[in-house]
Amino acid sequence: MTAATFTGSRTAAEAAAPNPNRRRRLRPARAFLHVFLIATCIVWIAPVLYALYTSLRPYADTAKHGYVSVGGHYNLSNYTTAWNEADLPLYFKNSAIITIPALLITLWLASMVAFVVARHSFKFNLAMLMIFTAGNLLPQQAIITPLYKLYITIPLPGWLSDSGHLDDSFFGLILIHVAFQTGFCVFVLSNFMRTIPHEITEAARVDGASEWRQYWQVVLPLCRPALAALATLEFTWIYNDFFWATVLMQTGSNRPITAALNNLTGQFFTDNNLISAASMIVAIPTLVVFFALQKQFVSGLTLGANKG
Amino acid sequence: MTTFHSASSSSTHGLARRTVLKGAFAAAGVAALPTLAACSSSKSGGGEASTVVSFGSNAAVPEPKGAYQTLFAAAKKSTGLTIDVNWVDHNTFQQNITTYLQGNPQDVFNWFAGERMQYFAGQGLVSNVNDVWDKIGGSYTDAMKAQSKGSDGNYYFVPFDYYPWAVFYSKSLWASKGYQEPTNWDDFITLAKKMKSDNLIPLAFTDKDGWPAMGTFDYLNMRINGYQFHIDLMRTGQGWASSQVAAVFDQWKQLIPYYSPGFLGLTWQEGANQILNKQAGMMVLGLDQIGTIFTGSNADDLGFFAFPEINSTYGQDSVEAPIDGFMVAKSPKNSAGAGKLLEYLGTAAAQQLWLGSNPADIATASGVDTSKYTKPQTAAISLINSAKHLSQFMDRDTLPSFADPVMLPAIQKFLNSPSDAASILKNVDAQAKTIWATNG
Amino acid sequence: MNHLASITLSQPGRNRRLRRYTKRDRAALTLMGGVPLLLSLAFVWLPALATVALSFFNWTGIGGFSDMKPAGVNNYRIIFSIYPEFPPAIEHNLLWLLVFFVIPAPFGLFLAHQLNKQLRGSRIYQSILFLPVVLSLALVGFMTELVFSPTQGLVNNLTGHAGQHNLIDWLGNPSLNIWAVLIMACWRQTGYVMILFLAGLKSVDPSLQEAASLDGANEWQSFRHVVWPALRPINIVVVVVTVIESLRAFDIVYIINQGTNGLELLSTLITANIIGETSRIGFGSALATILLVISLAFVLPYVYTTFRKDTRS
Repeated sequence: MTAATFTGSRTAAEAAAPNPNRRRRLRPARAFLHVFLIATCIVWIAPVLYALYTSLRPYADTAKHGYVSVGGHYNLSNYTTAWNEADLPLYFKNSAIITIPALLITLWLASMVAFVVARHSFKFNLAMLMIFTAGNLLPQQAIITPLYKLYITIPLPGWLSDSGHLDDSFFGLILIHVAFQTGFCVFVLSNFMRTIPHEITEAARVDGASEWRQYWQVVLPLCRPALAALATLEFTWIYNDFFWATVLMQTGSNRPITAALNNLTGQFFTDNNLISAASMIVAIPTLVVFFALQKQFVSGLTLGANKG
Repeated sequence: MTTFHSASSSSTHGLARRTVLKGAFAAAGVAALPTLAACSSSKSGGGEASTVVSFGSNAAVPEPKGAYQTLFAAAKKSTGLTIDVNWVDHNTFQQNITTYLQGNPQDVFNWFAGERMQYFAGQGLVSNVNDVWDKIGGSYTDAMKAQSKGSDGNYYFVPFDYYPWAVFYSKSLWASKGYQEPTNWDDFITLAKKMKSDNLIPLAFTDKDGWPAMGTFDYLNMRINGYQFHIDLMRTGQGWASSQVAAVFDQWKQLIPYYSPGFLGLTWQEGANQILNKQAGMMVLGLDQIGTIFTGSNADDLGFFAFPEINSTYGQDSVEAPIDGFMVAKSPKNSAGAGKLLEYLGTAAAQQLWLGSNPADIATASGVDTSKYTKPQTAAISLINSAKHLSQFMDRDTLPSFADPVMLPAIQKFLNSPSDAASILKNVDAQAKTIWATNG
Repeated sequence: MNHLASITLSQPGRNRRLRRYTKRDRAALTLMGGVPLLLSLAFVWLPALATVALSFFNWTGIGGFSDMKPAGVNNYRIIFSIYPEFPPAIEHNLLWLLVFFVIPAPFGLFLAHQLNKQLRGSRIYQSILFLPVVLSLALVGFMTELVFSPTQGLVNNLTGHAGQHNLIDWLGNPSLNIWAVLIMACWRQTGYVMILFLAGLKSVDPSLQEAASLDGANEWQSFRHVVWPALRPINIVVVVVTVIESLRAFDIVYIINQGTNGLELLSTLITANIIGETSRIGFGSALATILLVISLAFVLPYVYTTFRKDTRS
């Protein structure tokens, strides 16, 4: 069975003849499951809703009445203050400049490595996998000192970096995200690629497809659920990173959105209600990415199955 | 290293620098890149006398940022210098100071007095500002001058604002209960007992973040053993196992029963709110912190008194008063401009302008129009003027590698189990010895 | 299923004998694997190995090689003899690992399995459960305060333990606060694990499950014999992710109290000694090296044996 007929028949079958079991009335087991899931979700979302509630109250009120209280003022003033004072549009732009290329390059590089190690059997595959997997083990703080020395030594042309070096440049920041996150993605993707039956690439090979075409046109499309899940996670991590951003980017106005949140924190005093409101705004892109990619791993192609 | 003159990297000169770099690349070739990199990483003074001074600010939060913007606008009028600011938030700036100063720091930057300043001076990461002090020296006290010098006797720091640590309280609460400010330890403890029987938390004390407790240690040590012992202990790391330090922790044990319940899980803001909401009687804190909680109509309700006397030899002769100010990077692009800017920032007029929006600090230069000060500011001045010695704060007076990594958890451990004081101090002593042995 | 697996896994062996690569293919494969490898070596492994080397020096992080003073194993000696934060840090990291294996990993799998059924509202459930993963550190830190602050927190106020006399100090009591933090950590980790499993479950053929249920298998049996074996590669991912996340755990603890007073973790000790003004680079690097060794001890043998089994069979 070839890749084309395999995937084709699956989706066609699903579209044409939905499983009769799926649309039947609610069984007691299902009802119980729903009750359980709803309860879990309430527990899960409660702290978020509570923070949301707090973000609608001015600091003076919660300082006076405590956080567990009702009354006082409720308004969006924390949101407008956050938007205006933290200069959010500028930092959203910076985050986009850093996160989008870093995410795409990471997934692209990682999927290529995963293709090499998971779909071939070279002697060094195991070593490669170990290098990429173990590269995730160290926390960022552990490698920052040598890395920083490296960054202020490697020159970059002026149009890429104001400092003339990798440090204090968008390029350098994207680079470290790519280098640091690729390992994890290689590890995850190579494991997912193992689940793709070898007949699929075998068929393509017989048809004379080059390795690149096998990667780009056969394997990569089949990895969509994994890529979507990874993209969601990686977007979140790169977007929320503040460690690389603060050490490797010295120019405050070039830092990503996490810096904008820090800019609302004083030397000693922190208006947590304001931070809460700003954090809600800052979380929106990650949620958008999640919703956009969710259907990829919820209703994406089903693969790895050998029907019949 | 310093012979390579790169064009100013300030954004206004982006084009010039680009061309220089391109040329340099072509000339040097790829093999020589590391050398080139090493050279250009330390930029020496830009060629033409620039009117732009770059400034690394740790005040990105709206409140002081606005005050600085006003100040820099005035500085431009007065000096003709345009100040190109890199705004960074306070914590990030502090966290990255070591890498910041080795990368491409701005000409002038915010920093603190004390060992924290001397350390970077000793490492050669900052320039001396002796020239500036020739001009501004007249408006500073000897105590301020001493706090601005490195251990080599050169000036490295220009003080700007400072604030005292003291025992704070709500005036209206005290008036309603008829409490009097204590001046010695016995009165202090008697008052705490009285407050407890009045169903108040006698001492709002909150140490989840670890650093607030250091202020109490500093005062106890200075009151019991005197300023000189305290500052030697901080600077040399010698004597943590001594009976004098043990006496400090013994004294401290007497206070713990009066502290806020759950104090290791509370932030200083929660503690200050206990004072604001009249749930607690007193709190050892800095004016700069508690001043941000007592705002608006509550501002005048904030009262304070000097930490009580314990040993009559030393009385109340020392005040903990952390000083904030400015330093100049190792190789500023505009050295002359940096000096000019600091001369301006060292004037009473500049400081008063900045303080206009910040009633929690006071100016360091003399000649400030004190009639414009708020009540707490005036009280802070008289508190500081009464003192013979100024200390900075534990995390400013001792080695950074000792304050937070060793003392902060050690004090928390003591507060958790006061009876373990002896073994905790023994360990602190052992760690101090290794840190000073390896760190200089 | 077994039939399929045997085909899949025997394939590489056959390839080795049969496959001939054209020059272009060989160049493509070299580039595809080589460029990312170089990046990883240069920007992750080079600094990591430098960190290991630095652990044998005393250095402030300022200046170059000439400013480093050889220290032998002195940094390690200090860590193991007089550094009181080290033993609790190891303990907490291992506790973290244990808890992550016992709670979020199975619970995340359970949720993913349930949500993979054609369930009404599945996407809403997924979104809510995933929400903690995407929130910024600042917000999660503040939520921890909101929930667990001894006087202001939701838990104590709802259970009547916020008063002066019966207060439960969730954040300040050094034997209690690690659990408050672990609750928040599990809250985040579950959604993370769930997403990985959800993506993984897409490789399980639903028709096999249907077949199993037609054969009279109950849900557990069909899970045990159909779903679980197919999830094997994803299980490897989850195991490794769990180890990584527990040993690298940092942010929630850091935002609560920078990792002191009962919340010590290896990562916070490294930070305390390396980041900021502290500059005890050699000492911090020694801590980092210990962390690296512990992580490798957990991950490498496991990954090595599973991968080898896969490539051999």
